[in-house]
Formats: sequence, C-alpha cells, structure tokens
Amino acid sequence: MVEVSRATRLHPLQAGHSGILSVSVTLAENATRISLRAREDAIPALSKALDLTLPTKPKSTASNGARSALWIGPDEWLIIDGIESSVAEDLRKAKVLHSAVDISHRNVGINVSGKGADAVVNGGCPQDLSLSAFPIGAASRTVLGKIEIVLWRLAENEFRVECWRSFSNYAYAFLQESARDVAA
Amino acid sequence: MVHSTHSGSNRIAGVGRLTPAKTVRFTFDGQNLTGLEGDTLASALIANGIHLVGRSFKYHRPRGILSAGSEEPNALIDIERDKSRKQPNVRATVQEIYDGLKAKSQNRWPSLTFDIGAINDVFSPMLPAGFYYKTFMWPKFAWKSIYEPKIRAAAGLGVVPGEPDTDRYSNRFAHCDVLVVGAGAAGLAAALSAASTGAQVILCDEQSEVGGALRYETDVKIDGLSGYDWAVATYAKLRGMANVRVLTRTTAFGYYAQNFVSLVERISDHLSRPAAEMPRERLWQVRAKKVVLATGAIERHMVFANNDRPGIMLASAARLFLNQYGVAVGRKVGVYTANDSAYAAAIDLKRAGVDVPVIVDTRDSPSSAVIEEARSLGIDILTGHAVYSAGGKRRVSSISIKPNNGGNERKIVVDALIMSAGWTPSVHLFSQSRGKVAWDAANERFLPGTYAQDCISIGACNGTDNLQSAIDEALVAGGGQTGALAATGGTNWISGMIGSAPGAGANTTVKAFVDFQNDVTAKDVRLAVREGMHSIEHIKRFTTNGMATDQGKTSNLHGLAIAAEALDKPIPAVGLTTFRAPFTPVTFGAIVNHARHDLFDPTRRTPMHAWHEAQGAPFEDVGQWKRAWYYPQAGEDMHAAVNRECVAVRNHAGIFDASTLGKIEVVGPDSAKFLELLYTNPWEKLGVGRCRYGIMLREDGFIYDDGVVGRLAEDRFHVTTTTGGAPRVMHHMEDYLQTEFPHLNVWLTSTTEQWAVIAVQGPKAREIIAPLVEGIDLSNEAMPHMSVREGKICGVPTRLFRMSFTGEAGYEINVPADYGKAVWEAVYEQGKPHGLTPYGTETMHVLRAEKGYIIVGQDTDGTVTPQDAGLTWAIGKNKTDYVGIRGLLRRDLVSDGRKQLVGLKTVDPKVVLEEGAQIVANPNQPVPMTMIGHVTSSYWSENCGRSIALALVIDGTKRLGERLYVPMPNGVIEVEVTGMVFFDEKGERLNG
Repeated sequence: MVEVSRATRLHPLQAGHSGILSVSVTLAENATRISLRAREDAIPALSKALDLTLPTKPKSTASNGARSALWIGPDEWLIIDGIESSVAEDLRKAKVLHSAVDISHRNVGINVSGKGADAVVNGGCPQDLSLSAFPIGAASRTVLGKIEIVLWRLAENEFRVECWRSFSNYAYAFLQESARDVAA
Repeated sequence: MVHSTHSGSNRIAGVGRLTPAKTVRFTFDGQNLTGLEGDTLASALIANGIHLVGRSFKYHRPRGILSAGSEEPNALIDIERDKSRKQPNVRATVQEIYDGLKAKSQNRWPSLTFDIGAINDVFSPMLPAGFYYKTFMWPKFAWKSIYEPKIRAAAGLGVVPGEPDTDRYSNRFAHCDVLVVGAGAAGLAAALSAASTGAQVILCDEQSEVGGALRYETDVKIDGLSGYDWAVATYAKLRGMANVRVLTRTTAFGYYAQNFVSLVERISDHLSRPAAEMPRERLWQVRAKKVVLATGAIERHMVFANNDRPGIMLASAARLFLNQYGVAVGRKVGVYTANDSAYAAAIDLKRAGVDVPVIVDTRDSPSSAVIEEARSLGIDILTGHAVYSAGGKRRVSSISIKPNNGGNERKIVVDALIMSAGWTPSVHLFSQSRGKVAWDAANERFLPGTYAQDCISIGACNGTDNLQSAIDEALVAGGGQTGALAATGGTNWISGMIGSAPGAGANTTVKAFVDFQNDVTAKDVRLAVREGMHSIEHIKRFTTNGMATDQGKTSNLHGLAIAAEALDKPIPAVGLTTFRAPFTPVTFGAIVNHARHDLFDPTRRTPMHAWHEAQGAPFEDVGQWKRAWYYPQAGEDMHAAVNRECVAVRNHAGIFDASTLGKIEVVGPDSAKFLELLYTNPWEKLGVGRCRYGIMLREDGFIYDDGVVGRLAEDRFHVTTTTGGAPRVMHHMEDYLQTEFPHLNVWLTSTTEQWAVIAVQGPKAREIIAPLVEGIDLSNEAMPHMSVREGKICGVPTRLFRMSFTGEAGYEINVPADYGKAVWEAVYEQGKPHGLTPYGTETMHVLRAEKGYIIVGQDTDGTVTPQDAGLTWAIGKNKTDYVGIRGLLRRDLVSDGRKQLVGLKTVDPKVVLEEGAQIVANPNQPVPMTMIGHVTSSYWSENCGRSIALALVIDGTKRLGERLYVPMPNGVIEVEVTGMVFFDEKGERLNG
C-alpha cells in the first residue's frame, strides 16, 4: 500500500471576524456529531452509556464536559462532542434499541457571540430568543433565512448555529450581514 | 405676523417647534430651497409658498398637498439620492428633508406648470370611469399594440428606477407581550400601562416623533402638562425602560394570523449622509401576545367642484403645519367644514396672525364653545352654506359659496382653503386582522365590531371621542395600574358628513373628487351604479375608487355613501370593501431584506468544488447544487471535451464528483421490512455487503425516484437517491414511516452531506484505487459488482461501493465530507499515470444513456411506470405489498397504448435529435399530426460513433425495428426504434 499522509479536515468556510462589530461570527471547532434516535424506554440505558442524562423536554440540552446532547424531537438528539471522542463506541455498548449515525462531517458549527448576538440570530430566525423563552442551554431545530439550522444558546450573548455543510457559506454570510445591522 | 425669510416666506417666527437656525437646503424640480431640520418635504414646500407639487394620474390636473400624514393621495414625489437610489411615489408628507435632498414632481411633461398631458382634463367627458372597458374594444388587435401602451404611458405616476438598488435592507424577528400601534395619547397611555406590569412592550408610530394629534392640538392638558409636552415626557420615560422598545418612523403595515404583525422601520431616509453600515429600512416581524391598536382617525375632505386645486387641504393638516412646523398654509385661508374640528384650525391660524376670511359650515345651526370662540375672534361664520366651487387652477384663488336653502352665489378670495367633512376611524389593521367592523349609524362610521384575534382598539380608531375616555380605556387595555391620568381638551372626532356636498350631488356634472389619487369623481361613482354595478366591490373595480396606493384612506367612505345614495340603500347594506396589507406602500427592499445577491438562495457546493473550479470546469445548476459540467482542455469546446471524457472513461478510467447524490441511512431491526414497503424490489434477502438498484413508486404506481441501496449490516442500509430528489424522498419515507408504518423499528437519518462521493469508473479503476485502500480486498471474487465494504482510504474511513452508472467496472468512494478534497486529489494523482480523466455531469449523462440507464425526471415525467421504463425486472415478483402496488394494477396502467421507453437510432447516424422533439408514425399526414411519443434523452456518442436517443413512444416495445419520424422545422428526421442499450449489450464490462 502506498503511503499517503492522512487527509486533513477541510471546512467549506474559513471564517474570520471583523473587530468593528459588536457581534463576532466565527467558525466553531471541529466536532464529533451523532444523530441519535431512540424510543422513550431506551433513554435510561443510552443516558448511562453517554454519561449524561438525555433531555426529554423540547428546547433542552444536557452536557457533561465536552459532550452535549441537544433535544431535537421526541425521539431524536444531536450529540456533539470534542474531536477525539468515544461517543460512537460508548453508544455501541448500550444494548437497547436505537439508531446512532455519524454526522460529524454533515454539519458545520458557527459561533455567534457578543452583545446583541440574539438580535443577529433574530435577523433570520423567527424564534423568541428572550432569556425566558430561550434560556442559556436551550437548543432547537429551526430556520435561519432560507435554511434549516440547529440553534443552541451557550451563554446570554453566545449562540452556536449548526447547519449542513453546503449551507454553511450561506449561514455564515447571512449572520455576517445580520451582524452589520446590529453594529449599526 | 412676522415671516422668517430663511426657511420660507410662509414660516411664522415663534410658531412651531423647529429651530430657525437649523436650516436645511434641498431642491424641488431643480429649484434651490431652504427648510428647517425636522420639516417634511410638504411643510418645507408650503413654507416656500409651493402648493403645486404634481399632476394627477388620469386627467393630469394640477395637484397640491392634501394632508400632513401617510394618507396623502396627491403629493407623490420622486426622491433621488443617486442613480441607483431613486424612489418614485414618495409622499411629500412623510419624507423628511435633509441637506442635499433632491425632489422631483411626477407625471408631467415637459414641466409641472405646463403639462401636455393636461389635455386629458379637457377631453375628460370621453374618459369616464371604466372607459377602457368599452372604448377600446375594436379592433381586437389594437388593445395590445396601441391602446394599452398609450394609456399606460399617459396614466401613471413615478418612473421605476433603472438601476439596481444599492441600499441595504434588514430584517428582525421579535416577540413581545404587548404591541401598541400608534403613539398618540391613547397609544402612549396604553404602552405606559403595559410597561408598568413588566411586560415586554413594543410601541411603534409611523411619524418621526410620538404624539399623534397632540402634535397639533393646542388645548390639551394631560397630567398637568400640555399634550405635546406630556407626549415627549412619556416617550422619554418609555425609552428609559428596559422592557419597552419604542420605534418611531415605523409603520405597522400588515396584520396576519396569530397576532403576527409586520412593521417597517425607516432608518436612513431622513439622513443626509447615512452611515455605510446603516440599512435603509428594517422589516420587523413581530409576534405579539396582545395587540393594542391606537391608530387614530383620518380626516375626510369635502366633495365639491374642483376640490382638488392646490392649496385646498385638510384642516388638521393645516393645523399640524402651523403648530409643529410653524408654517402657514396661506395668507388668506378659507375654511369649509361639516363639523367642529376645523374651527380649532381656524382659531390657531387666526391667532398666529393669518387672515381667515370665512368659515363655511354646511350645518344649519351648529353650536359649541369652539364655534363661539371662533366667532369671538372675529371670524365670519356662514352656517347653512356650502362651497360650490373653487376657483384658480394651479392654486386655489377663490371659493364660490351659496346658502343651502337657495340664494345667490358669491365669491370670496382666498389663497388656501382648509376643510373637514369629519373623521374616519382607522380600522385598517383591525380589518386586516380579520375583525368584523360594525356600522355606527348615529355617527355614520364603521367601528371595530367582532374581534378575530387577541387585539383591542382604543381611542379614535375605536370611536372613543373624548380624550379622557380614550386615555382611561388605554390604561385598561395596557393591563397595568398606573393611576389615573387626568386629561382635558382634544379634538371632537364625531359628526360631519359623508358623500358629496351640496352642489356636487346627483344630476351634477362637476368634477368633485372622491379619490384624488385615481382621479375618481362623485359622478363616476354614480355612473358605475347606472351601468349596473350594485356591489361596492364592483363599483370599486369599475371606478378604481380606493384602488390606488393610498387604498382610499380619504375616499372610501365618501364613495360608499355616494353609491348608497344612488342605489337608495342604507350604507351597511352596500358594504365596505376589505382592507388589505400593506397599510401604506412598502418597498420591495424591505420585504426582500437580506435575501439579495449571495443570500437570495443558498448555493450548495461539494467538498471538491474548488478543485473543479481550478480545472476550469463550468458548473451546471442542479437544484441549489453546483455540479461540474465538463472539464475543457485548451482549445476544446464542450463537445470536444465531452467526447474526450467519454472515450477516456471506457478506455482507461474517469473520476467524477457524485457527492450531491442524496443519501439516507436507514437503521433499525425492521429496516429491510421498511425498504420492502417503500421500494418495488425485494430487500429481505439482500446479503450484508451487497447492493441493489431500487425503484420507488408513488401510491399511483408511477416512478418517484431510484438509486442504489447498500446493506452495511443486518439492521443498517445506506440508501442513495437522485440529487434533486434527496429532500422529497426523505420526506416521503419519513411520512410513510410515521403515518403508515409506525410499528416498524426504523429510523432515517439524512447523510447526504456526511459523505463526499468520488466515482472512479473504467477498466483501470481497481488498479488506480488499490494502492490507497486499506483493509478491503478489491478482487472480483471478494468484491464483485454491486457490493459495499467499509475500510480506509488515504488513512480515513470509507464506505467503498463497487457500482456503476457508466456500464464500466467502477467504484464510488464515500469518505467523510471534510476529507473529500484531499482524497480526490490523492486518487487523481494516483490515477494520472493510468489515464484517469475527470469527467462532468454531461459525460455522465452520455455514458449512462449508452447503457440505457434512465434518469428519473428526464426519461420519466411522473406518468411512467416501471413497466413503461423497461424495469419490470426490478419489481419483486413475490411481493404482496409496497407503496404503489395497487396503483400498478389500475386498468389504464396495464392496458395497451401506454408510452414505453425505447431507444432511437437516426437513420443518418450523424444527426442528433432534439430532446423533447415529437415523434409521428406518418410524416405525410396533415397538420396537426398525431404524435405518438417524444424524445427524452439524446446525445452524440463518441463511443458508438453515432447519435443515440431514448424516447417514450406509444406501445414502443412492440415497435422494435419500426421506422418512425421526427418532424422538425428544417425537415423530417427518420429514426429506427431499438432497444435501450447501445453499448456493451451483454454488460460484460461491469465485471471487469
């Protein structure tokens, strides 16, 4: 076999950020992602395998270290973990009915942070992002302009936008454009 | 009175709220003028003695400024910042002036004062309402070629800008507990009350500052302050509260379901040099738990002869121009009214030193304190009189008045006339919310009746006529406790008249305008009734009353009353037309906002896109995807490139980016069972590591999608779909899973974008990829055609498919998307010595057609069954159920005479058929010929040395060997019906 150096991950966008704006839009770090599907009775065993309690309420998340589970639907979670992650093996150990599909490369994460980050997201996302309706730690599958995203609030002024790879240029450009309005 | 000359000869020193030192220079039709900061274009023009500002839509009559607000029908102006930032039809009463503003009048040629089109006014007897429905019926062809273009050129308002708009527009979604629309006395009080509860409040007002009528009312006291001072103080208080957002220059223009209200905020239209980052407008899309409408009332004009002369305007407008802007609308101002509110304007003007020669009141013996006050100031009050006509052309110069009970007409010289027929509650947004209005017979007005949403109307728009009552009701509507707010004074919103005034009634032929913007007169409305229009909806469309951009804010009620009188019916029986969004015109920019240029629609690119681009490949749009079309080398046109690519794949190998193919991972113990139900093919017995081509039908039996499915494990399948079909196939599967087969333990995950797909096809394919692959035995025996293995390539994980859409032996290398480009480049480098050639979608199309492989959506059109497409083999013979199984049994799907997919060879091999061309059996039959089919795919095949085509032909499979004909503009092309496979008919190369 011919020696070929291991291919390095190449994102569709290499985002920088402009210092003028109060809100910065930056590329999130590489991540391991799993789309986890299961029925209610499998939740305890899967939670144990993941070492976190899978959330069961809409818009909620649970985290343990770098690993987080975002409630997406009644039988669906988006698991996001650091780049070096044992999450796939951990889930394989759970001998309950479930579906775990690696989508690490399907999504791209974009961080929106700074004062007014909620307004920047609201430039294209119709959700109520007030702290009472969308508190820190809340997450939801929703829309941004013309694309589908998963929105996750990491802090009062910090959001993570997850979208499919080929939509990331659009999402990034959209958020940049929206950030211009918030700075103005 | 003392005139300030700096900012216009009609500016009165010491009156109004603008600062005399803050002058602003602007131009109108090229004339240099000076106004004051805070002026609207209307107030600044009037300050400079200019009332003539435009020509009317149909008759080109001189027009002035009617109002001081967004209801303005006449004063439509063209504003130009630069060539690309030109805005026609801007209301002069809404546009604020800024240094350097360039305004131009519209609908006149060669100039505003001398307008050729005014000939229409002379010929107006020939242009009655609905003239275009009757006059230009003959000859038929002339409507399109002569009449319509001429009428369109003569009628109309501003000119559409010719260059793309360079302004930015923004958008914001917002939620709130209470949205208050209108920041007059009632709106401000409601916002205060709501804010005191801690609720999230949005208060918006279309004006540049809050106050509404408080900006011109001089007798109002609220909470111990003058009305205006209270408004300013309340604004400051609200602005200081964290839970309140106050938006001025913001119009609520659309009220939709579930309290979804659209607002447009004008951010930079009033600024001389807007900051570069500043959007021109911002669309607010607000979801409110509760909406409080405090939209006020709109004053109506009097309907009498020549009531459209410049200098004739609404009384409240004159009052605002005076009390806010310090501008007198004239030096000799007549008053014509049917209610009390115009008296207040007369009093203010008189007190400011303006001559008010007469107040003409249609009422016989009105009495009130305000009338007494006017009388005590020495104003001549003629009750029981009417203005029969206005004199002057480009500016009113006199009024002719007559007693109602007969008597002589006399003329009074004026240079302006202010008028009030009463007030129309602004129920526009209420009506948009699907609320039903109710007729208030006593006061002749429509008021909010039945509410359809969580919404409440307060103040003048609710028919609450007394200021204290309006504020009390506002405090309750806000839901909070702020203590009582004592209020005195204010406009009396009731009484007045609707319909035509004396002298413009039935049997008169005078031009008494009802709708200024569309040039509709009282007699036009009567004509509509005489012509048989009995419904207000018909009358509206026949006369165009209320159909202009102002949507009849001043005219609807007058038109309705005149129609009701002509029909001899009560007003509610004639009905009110529905109000629709937008309340006032909204720019396309605001509606489109961010969705321009790159953000118009997402452009999806594959992980290897940059490589294709670097190779100079043009791209083909497939849905939102960009796909490399072909890779031209120096001097090659598309034809040459495709021919070269096609031959290279069959002789050596080709590399193709198939990443856009849809991919769905089907996981769960019932996966095979689920696929059995979704596809025509059998899946239960497909071995792990094997693949199968599957066909998916709709319930009606027609082909919906196709693709190769690989079994990765007993409970895990890797499904591929067509590029364009990916989202709908996913939805189709999810729909059936959730609604028809919820008992199955199966989950679907879209993995389209998880995997970059690199197809390596051709006799050298194995040789090329073998050195890069780790952990997979690529031998024919270990990995035959239609199999899938998991392993590594270039050190990264891969799902390696042995499959083919070219007819050659080949692989589709799936790698996690971020590795796609690196692996592609490694494979390409590895393959170059073997003649590996990149090929695009065009070559892919040709190669698959050479093999008779169909493309769903090109060779099928939603009416093609598997049998029609020659795919009967793909239907599981022993299957008892799958989506479409019953559809396939329908009589018309199994009977003779169906169009079937066949191959076509032109008798002249050099001739390439046109896709979509129709096919006939006998080219000599008379036109229209009986068409028996059409060409679906057609290419030049370099590998076959001739043209090839696929076609859907009636009973095609029975016609093999038959000669058919394709009539084209340049002659008839003779073709032979053949099988669908043109190359390697036995399919031996697949196993190479």
